[in-house]
Amino acid sequence: MSVALRWLQKPAGRRTIIGYSFIAPFILGFILWFAIPAGTAVWLLFQDWNMIRPPTFVGLGNLQRMIHDKLFWQSLKVTTNYTVIAVPLGLVLGFLLALLMNTKVRGITIFRTIYYLPSIVPAVANAVLWAWILNSEFGLLNVLLRSIGLPKIRWLQEPRWALPALILMSLWGLGGGMVIYLAGLQGIPQVFYEAAEIDGAGRWAKLRHVTIPLMSPIIFFNLVMGVIGTFQIFTAGYLITDGGPQNATLFYVLYLYRNAFLYLSMGYAAALAWTLFIIIMALTLLIFKGIGSQVYYEEAG
Amino acid sequence: MSTATRRLAAAGRPRSQVLSRLASGVFWSRVVIWLILLSGAVAMLLPLLWMVSSSLKLEQRVFEFPPQLIPNPVRFQNYVEALTYKPFHIYIRNTLFLVVMNEIAILLSASFCAYGFARVRFPGRDLWFGVVLATMMVPGVVLMVPSFVIFSRLKWIDTFYPLTVPVFFGGGAFNIFLLRQFFRTIPEDLADAARIDGCSEYGIYGRIMMPLAKPALTTVAIFTFIGTWNDFMGPLLYLNSPDKFTVSRGLAMFRSVLYTRWDLLMAASTAMTLPIILVFFAAQRYFVQGVVLTGLKG
Repeated sequence: MSVALRWLQKPAGRRTIIGYSFIAPFILGFILWFAIPAGTAVWLLFQDWNMIRPPTFVGLGNLQRMIHDKLFWQSLKVTTNYTVIAVPLGLVLGFLLALLMNTKVRGITIFRTIYYLPSIVPAVANAVLWAWILNSEFGLLNVLLRSIGLPKIRWLQEPRWALPALILMSLWGLGGGMVIYLAGLQGIPQVFYEAAEIDGAGRWAKLRHVTIPLMSPIIFFNLVMGVIGTFQIFTAGYLITDGGPQNATLFYVLYLYRNAFLYLSMGYAAALAWTLFIIIMALTLLIFKGIGSQVYYEEAG
Repeated sequence: MSTATRRLAAAGRPRSQVLSRLASGVFWSRVVIWLILLSGAVAMLLPLLWMVSSSLKLEQRVFEFPPQLIPNPVRFQNYVEALTYKPFHIYIRNTLFLVVMNEIAILLSASFCAYGFARVRFPGRDLWFGVVLATMMVPGVVLMVPSFVIFSRLKWIDTFYPLTVPVFFGGGAFNIFLLRQFFRTIPEDLADAARIDGCSEYGIYGRIMMPLAKPALTTVAIFTFIGTWNDFMGPLLYLNSPDKFTVSRGLAMFRSVLYTRWDLLMAASTAMTLPIILVFFAAQRYFVQGVVLTGLKG
């Protein structure tokens, strides 16, 4: 006791108290709004509960139910398809645009602003706008198709077109990633290119051996965050298509939301949430293992 | 290089540059790049123009082919009708309340924690910072269901508490991370000088670090504004009665009620987007800084 007291009076002890007083809000918040909900989620996993009647213990019943739930598999398929196409597409296009923009063209600030703007449009306004753009009769997209003599597409009514339509919509926001790449490209010291030129490197070789390796941490970061974010897509499916047509846009989180707040199956929704967590963690790990070793990190400075 | 030779070199540059450009094709590749960027920019702007244009049209003019890009007549009345059809002034007031609460909570709480992580050395600090990073990686929707259960136990459903109170506890892992990174770039000498003068760590945080961190705090404040203004999932889960709706929740309901009034829907969407765009133009350099802080140091 007295040892502890004496330690607290020493500078190291005082620093510890001061340090913890600074981070106390975070620790408290972590316990209240993270650890306790996480514990509750573990408990929920084994319950059948509609928030009205008392919960009943069902063991692994919720997980068994998932295996036989066609809509669960459908939502997983839809979300995977969306992620696998939208994330790489947005990444490559965003990077290419940043490369083009980094060639000291005229009006770069204006271009950067124009490309960035769509990515800050509020999700709900964005969804309402795209519901109108994708309108089968009078929407902008079909107006454009019609004006070049192509037949109109019923984007939101045909199962095979609904997901591509939402992927197209997601590409409108690629400017958010693009400005990050552009900031990275502008941070590459010119001497690297000069050194490469002395070694006889052409444009392609410079891209391959200077730009891409130096940009790989940023590309990698965007890929990981992109996958994590895209797997949680909700608003577009909820507001534009309501999961339809024929569940073609039943995103995972939309299905989770329905189970929790429409059907009030809190236990089953918790099982879906844990599964999503494991999928996302596994994917992140896979990305780290798969291409993480290809990422070039400068000596820590 | 002497001034004279430098001037000579500068004078000789334009002509030789133009000639070599034309010869090597650099000029033409520039033109092609510029054209690609220009068509991309048109594609990016078109949906926004379409939104504004539709928002100013007469109801039936929205369904014309070919559509007019510049509406005739221009009908500003759409905005009045859209924003009064549902009590948008209440939604705006509610949203602004949430914005103010979130700003206060995040700017105070996140910076306070960030200072501890950045500048005070104590056992367990790195472990807890690892926890900060870990919570950043956990997808938000995973805790959606249990959080709802807990908030309903607290009788907090259909109040603003779930959307404000938790923010006061640390202000979000991401903001702590961002501010910590910034605090670490501020020279330690200033703090040392204050320490010698008998200033406490709290005083250093409040009187030295906070004023110096204004650029980073502004960045955080802007992203907080945008995040709160745009948030849909939170209000969707926790706010039920229309008099507590936020703008995003109100617009979503508006869409489900007025399914085919695209003129009014676009007016409301434009109205919701406009503040964000204004903030963007007013604070563009902080956006760039935010991008650099978040994207490059990750």
